[in-house]
Amino acid sequence: MLVPGKIQHIICPGNLCIKEVHDYLKTLCPDLHITRGEYDEEMRYPETKTLTIGQFKLGLCHGHQVIPWGDLDSLAMLQRQLDVDILVTGHTHQFTAYKHEGGVVINPGSATGAYSSITYDVNPSFVLMDIDGLRVVVYVYELIDGEVKVDKIDFKKTTTASH
Amino acid sequence: MMINGIEDEDKWLAEGIAAIQHNAFYMHRALDANNLREALKYSAQMLSELRTSKLSPHKYYELYMRAFDELRKLEMFFKDESRHGVSIVDLYELVQHAGNILPRMYLLCTVGSVYIKSKEAPAKDVLKDLVEMCRGVQHPIRGLFLRSYLAQISRDKLPDIGSEYEGDADSVMDAVEFVLQNFTEMNKLWVRLQHQGPGRVREKLEKERSELRDLVGKNLHVLGQIEGVDLGMYKDAVLPRVLEQIVNCSDDLAQYYLMDCIIQVFPDEYHLQTLETLLGACPQLQPTVDVKTVLSQLMERLSNYAASSTDVLPEFLQVEAFAKLSSAIGRVIEAQVNMPIVGAITLYVSLLTFTLRVHPDRLDYVDQVLGACVKKLSSKPKLEDQRAKKQVVALLSAPLEKYNDAVMALTLSNYPRVMDHLDNETNKVMAMVIIESIMKNYTCISTADQVEVLFELIKGLIKDLDGTAADELDEEDFNEEQNSVARLIHMLYNDDPEELLKIICTVKKSIMKGGPRRLPFTVPPLIFSALRLIRQLQSQDGDVAGEEVPATPKKIFQILNEMIESLSAVPSPELALRLYLQCAEAANDCGLEPVAYEFFTQAFVLYEEEIADSKAQVTAIHLIIGTLQRLNVFGVENRDTLTHKATGYSAKLLKKPDQCRAVYACSHLFWVDDQDGIKDGERVLLCLKRALRIANAAQQMANVTRGNSGPVTLFVEILNKYLYFFEKGNPQITSAAIQGLIELITTEMQSESTAPNAASDAFFASTLRYIQFQKQKGGAMGEKYDSVKV
Repeated sequence: MLVPGKIQHIICPGNLCIKEVHDYLKTLCPDLHITRGEYDEEMRYPETKTLTIGQFKLGLCHGHQVIPWGDLDSLAMLQRQLDVDILVTGHTHQFTAYKHEGGVVINPGSATGAYSSITYDVNPSFVLMDIDGLRVVVYVYELIDGEVKVDKIDFKKTTTASH
Repeated sequence: MMINGIEDEDKWLAEGIAAIQHNAFYMHRALDANNLREALKYSAQMLSELRTSKLSPHKYYELYMRAFDELRKLEMFFKDESRHGVSIVDLYELVQHAGNILPRMYLLCTVGSVYIKSKEAPAKDVLKDLVEMCRGVQHPIRGLFLRSYLAQISRDKLPDIGSEYEGDADSVMDAVEFVLQNFTEMNKLWVRLQHQGPGRVREKLEKERSELRDLVGKNLHVLGQIEGVDLGMYKDAVLPRVLEQIVNCSDDLAQYYLMDCIIQVFPDEYHLQTLETLLGACPQLQPTVDVKTVLSQLMERLSNYAASSTDVLPEFLQVEAFAKLSSAIGRVIEAQVNMPIVGAITLYVSLLTFTLRVHPDRLDYVDQVLGACVKKLSSKPKLEDQRAKKQVVALLSAPLEKYNDAVMALTLSNYPRVMDHLDNETNKVMAMVIIESIMKNYTCISTADQVEVLFELIKGLIKDLDGTAADELDEEDFNEEQNSVARLIHMLYNDDPEELLKIICTVKKSIMKGGPRRLPFTVPPLIFSALRLIRQLQSQDGDVAGEEVPATPKKIFQILNEMIESLSAVPSPELALRLYLQCAEAANDCGLEPVAYEFFTQAFVLYEEEIADSKAQVTAIHLIIGTLQRLNVFGVENRDTLTHKATGYSAKLLKKPDQCRAVYACSHLFWVDDQDGIKDGERVLLCLKRALRIANAAQQMANVTRGNSGPVTLFVEILNKYLYFFEKGNPQITSAAIQGLIELITTEMQSESTAPNAASDAFFASTLRYIQFQKQKGGAMGEKYDSVKV
């Protein structure tokens, strides 16, 4: 899967930290979207970003700017502010996928299992989104005790929610 | 032999071929007429063309081949006694009447071939006769080709075991004797070719001479194929004679080629059993012979032999192959005083490759090879030659690649000694190789001792070595190096907290020597290692009563503090601030209020004194607020001091929108959703109101400076915060207040002086939608929102 050409977009909330990781991701897929984490050396990553993929508007933000950290209601506010169906955020190193009236908040967790003051026992994880029409299927891959566990969550966008 | 010009040569060759064809024509006529006398006459004339001195080896070969083809027809004629009526014995005598020796010998060999086939005399006798009579032709090229002819026609007629020409006992020895003699004479002739001709001509000659080498080498192939030559005969008869000739001829071209031939032609088992003898020849070769390649080839073959089957391995041990090769290489290096250092090291690389393939379990052997290399390197000043440096890197990389375990390398006592002889540049290259090996193989470096050795090995990356200035280095390269070290630090781990702490301290000692350029790379990973350790200790139950345990969170926090302090030398205030906050939170989780407070103080000091950039301040203050919001270890006084500072700094940010956002973020400092969390509704409201005032001021400023109001986004954000606390049950937030805000925003948006803004509109709209949604939820939430009209 992590072979060049299979993924159309990469969305990354931040804290890649060094250029080499950025370059590596670029080799997997040239359409790379990143926002700035507090440890990113690259100063030019934006604080937030929005993009459209198919029928969905996506928002991206690392999340250290949204206080309290990891608080879903506060993140929902950011989602309303960015006016997006799906908000992708990070910082907590803990996978979550949360649906509320305004849309979906997804936190893919930490791809490397890095230390976090917020989460104990971080398991490395990442998320694949399959966007098809008004439906998005979220596959979460977690490395737990040496084994890869995959889970799947479905979201449908209702057309009445006019954005 | 004189070479005048290619055109002349072509002319002579053409003339020679024409003459051969001319005589051949008449010879054929004679053969058809079964006229022996005429046949002999014309064949002799034909063969006289081979008496020429004018042709280069290459051209002579062409002429020779023509004659060769014709002689086959003659041979067929000789074989059929009914055609010429002369017995083979008589024929053998008859052809010796030919006038000149060269045609005489070719004819004799041709008859000899038939003679042997007829079995009227033992093969060995005929062969002996022929090989000795060929001595009569001492001209290098003519002699070489004549003997080559002899070799060719005798190949299938040797008195080998099981061959139809096998004589009585020891006939194999006769066959061997014959081939050896022919070989020896051919080699002598071949070597003699080089002594002719001056200067530049000689160069051309050497090249042409080289083309003839297979003629000589063929004999060894033949020897290799004689069935009767077993290990014993090879050892006693064949090898010593061949080596004798090789050493005595003192010709580098011949020596190199023939040594290589031996290695390729004879079975590996034989080489193993004659190792000492074979190797004994090497120091006796000319200094210009590339003996490294010869030895490398030998070791390569032996390695493959060892790999072919496990049964073979005991043999290697039994003949002490490693010891013999090792000492042979030592002797060669000693003997060839002018061998450049790269040659010696290449030899050691070959030996090491052999050792790793044949005796991978013998780390002592591996260490020995490295030790020999150290000795050699010690005799010279620091390495200058690029190729030599590359070879040393290859030498040191080989064990890493073989074992896929850098820890192995750490146990080899000579490994660091070899590295010491590298210049700084190459030292770093090697250090990167080591780190890459660790990363690639997920090698676990798990003791402080191992870490110490490792960091000593890679010291070129850790600190400035004598004579280098860090400024000289290309920035990208430097970053790559340091990032590798950082990655490495993440790989150092042990389940046992005591050992892990030792490791951390060892690394800390090392990286502290790195200087300001390196610290920002190396300190963070170590900090996080330490934080992880603290978390691990947390989960273990408290101190064992009465025991002084080195690894306690308190002690580790001290170490953390020292490390972060070192960043002030860089200076890296933003990084240090983040790390202080991480430590504060970790201290909080351990229940260590003074420690947490101290870390927070440090963070604030940095904020006050070192972080001047406004954008950096915004991020920093949010990190401070976000961290502080999560901490529950502080008593009321301490907490008040810190929240007061946080809100104060929030209000003092440069840009009004930033102020506004930071201040409403502070509202969360006074409301924590936990069971025991602080829930100070009044102070929350104070923050929100203050944020509102700042938003208002921002609006008015925008009015003044730009002639229209800025976006109402800030108000919508604050509205959302009101909703947040409203839902959480903050009694100070009333539905009336919310209503008021909604109306305020609506008015602002409709106001003439406000420029339309799609983003704020959408934001407000979705906020209202949210309220509507909550109202429709019914139940407690619906009730709450009942009085809010959208």
